[in-house]
Amino acid sequence: MKQPNNYIINTKNLSIGYASKKQTKTIAAQLNIELEVGKMVCLLGQNGIGKSTLLRTLTKVQPALEGEIFIDKTKLETFTNIALAKTLSVVLTERLPDSSLTVFELVALGRQPFTNWIGYLTNEDMEIILDAFEKTNTKHLMNAKYYELSDGQLQRVLIARALAQNTPIIVLDEPTAHLDLHHTINTFSLLKKLASEFNKTIIISTHEINLALQLADELWLMSPSKFISGTTSALIENNELSALFKSKHLTFNKKLKQFTINQ
Amino acid sequence: MVNTIKSYKKTFSILVIALVVIGLLNISLGSVHIPLKQIITALFNGEVEKESWKAIVLNYRLPKAITAIIVGSGLSISGLLMQTLFRNPLAGPFVLGISSGASLGVAILILGASFLGANITSYAFTNWGLALAASFGAFIVLSAVMLAALKIRNTMSILIIGLMFGSLTSAVISILAYFSTANQLQQYMFWSFGSLGNLGWKEITALFITFLIGILLVTFIVKPLNSLLLGENYAKSMGVNVKLTRNITLIATSLLTGVITAFSGPIAFIGLAVPHITKLLFNTSNHKTLIPAVAISGAIIMLICDSIAQLPTSEFTLPINAITSLFGAPIIIWLLVRKRKIYY
Repeated sequence: MKQPNNYIINTKNLSIGYASKKQTKTIAAQLNIELEVGKMVCLLGQNGIGKSTLLRTLTKVQPALEGEIFIDKTKLETFTNIALAKTLSVVLTERLPDSSLTVFELVALGRQPFTNWIGYLTNEDMEIILDAFEKTNTKHLMNAKYYELSDGQLQRVLIARALAQNTPIIVLDEPTAHLDLHHTINTFSLLKKLASEFNKTIIISTHEINLALQLADELWLMSPSKFISGTTSALIENNELSALFKSKHLTFNKKLKQFTINQ
Repeated sequence: MVNTIKSYKKTFSILVIALVVIGLLNISLGSVHIPLKQIITALFNGEVEKESWKAIVLNYRLPKAITAIIVGSGLSISGLLMQTLFRNPLAGPFVLGISSGASLGVAILILGASFLGANITSYAFTNWGLALAASFGAFIVLSAVMLAALKIRNTMSILIIGLMFGSLTSAVISILAYFSTANQLQQYMFWSFGSLGNLGWKEITALFITFLIGILLVTFIVKPLNSLLLGENYAKSMGVNVKLTRNITLIATSLLTGVITAFSGPIAFIGLAVPHITKLLFNTSNHKTLIPAVAISGAIIMLICDSIAQLPTSEFTLPINAITSLFGAPIIIWLLVRKRKIYY
């Protein structure tokens, strides 16, 4: 089923949450997302609001309760595992299990959806892998074991793995949760570059509101009462960000484009 | 870097040469001294000085060496598969309850025989009888674990369920043992010591065919097993069918371990230790390298253990289970102390 528009991700009256035999727990309803190719989106909202649930639903890890999701104009349910792996790659927050994989092997695993039954890397695969190292500036780490890396390096390597998967969409769940300011900014600028220069569509859930306000093309705001999406400037203009936190200690300052603490 | 097999060429060649040398050594050792030259002649079906030497080599020592190779490789590959699947260094080929099931089958046959009034020297106690009882027991326990596995999403729970079935069966065996005679207990103990000898060519053929089927299944899951090194969620995001991979892994392991245990008893330690030794030796987690490496290392270590168990130049043979642990445990401890940590 094709949709006549240019959206790479498009949802219609989407409801997300958890359904069991006994009851249905809706986390958010009436989500209407329209996202174009090559944009960097930041998904903002307080802890426990359902950011991960939304990302899990968009990546087909869990089913939607209601409504429809279109990825690249095709219904999400109709994607096979492999077809989805060729369209959408992820960077997760979870710790990697212990193994003695090298950085090269880890990034090369991104080619899995494309390689043959035994996982043989062709010359084309090698080029894409080397290109992923190049773009993330991690080539010098190639022969290290991944457990030898610092958190900042590992995050870049995990992004390289997603790039090796060579998908138009990359979804990242709190990619800077363990990083200091310097590495956080590095990671965000890298992601911004991937969107603007290489036309990747990047979806990031994050708590780095100030960075998101400065770098994101679009924002998805989740608050208990509603879900709003739009360009960063429009959302600031309409003062939508103040709905993000229901706290008397925080107000959004339109002029400074950031939250300030009420003294 | 890229072609993992190639970069380990040297280590692999050394391992293969070691396998051939130790294999020959294993065949040349025994209570009867036979010169190496005569053994090689006998292996190629040539003329040997004494007819009895040829019979010893072809009907006794060669089958035993082949059994050792299949048992060592099969158990080690199974152990590796279980360690990757459960992401647990303590997992081995018997975590699915196969050895406890097999033990239960044999225990019921030997220890429970008195209830049925059977004669301990009857047909039921031959190799095939014991193998059938072991297979049957392993099959029952394994089916129970697999049924549970189909309903369970969490892979770790399967590990715990396997352990629980192990406790259940050992409880039943204790009760059976309590009511049996010293003679029966001794026979059960002998089976549980493990044994590589006593297998004829027919049994070895059965063992070998199952081994090949198991290996064939394993080659199809090499690629998804590598993705699983990043965890189930990453594997799924790369298009891997995690449930299918898990089920193929469980089937391959049960086939390999089940049939090996049926014919040679519950051989301890190899399946747990060899993957660790190999991982330290090769310093890799890539299954394309590890699976052949583990298979060869397993065969070599089993042959060495068997050579020691024969107590060369004496007429005694020690229980193989005691040797595998005596030999393997100190190696693992030594390697860990030297290298400090194994990464899976």
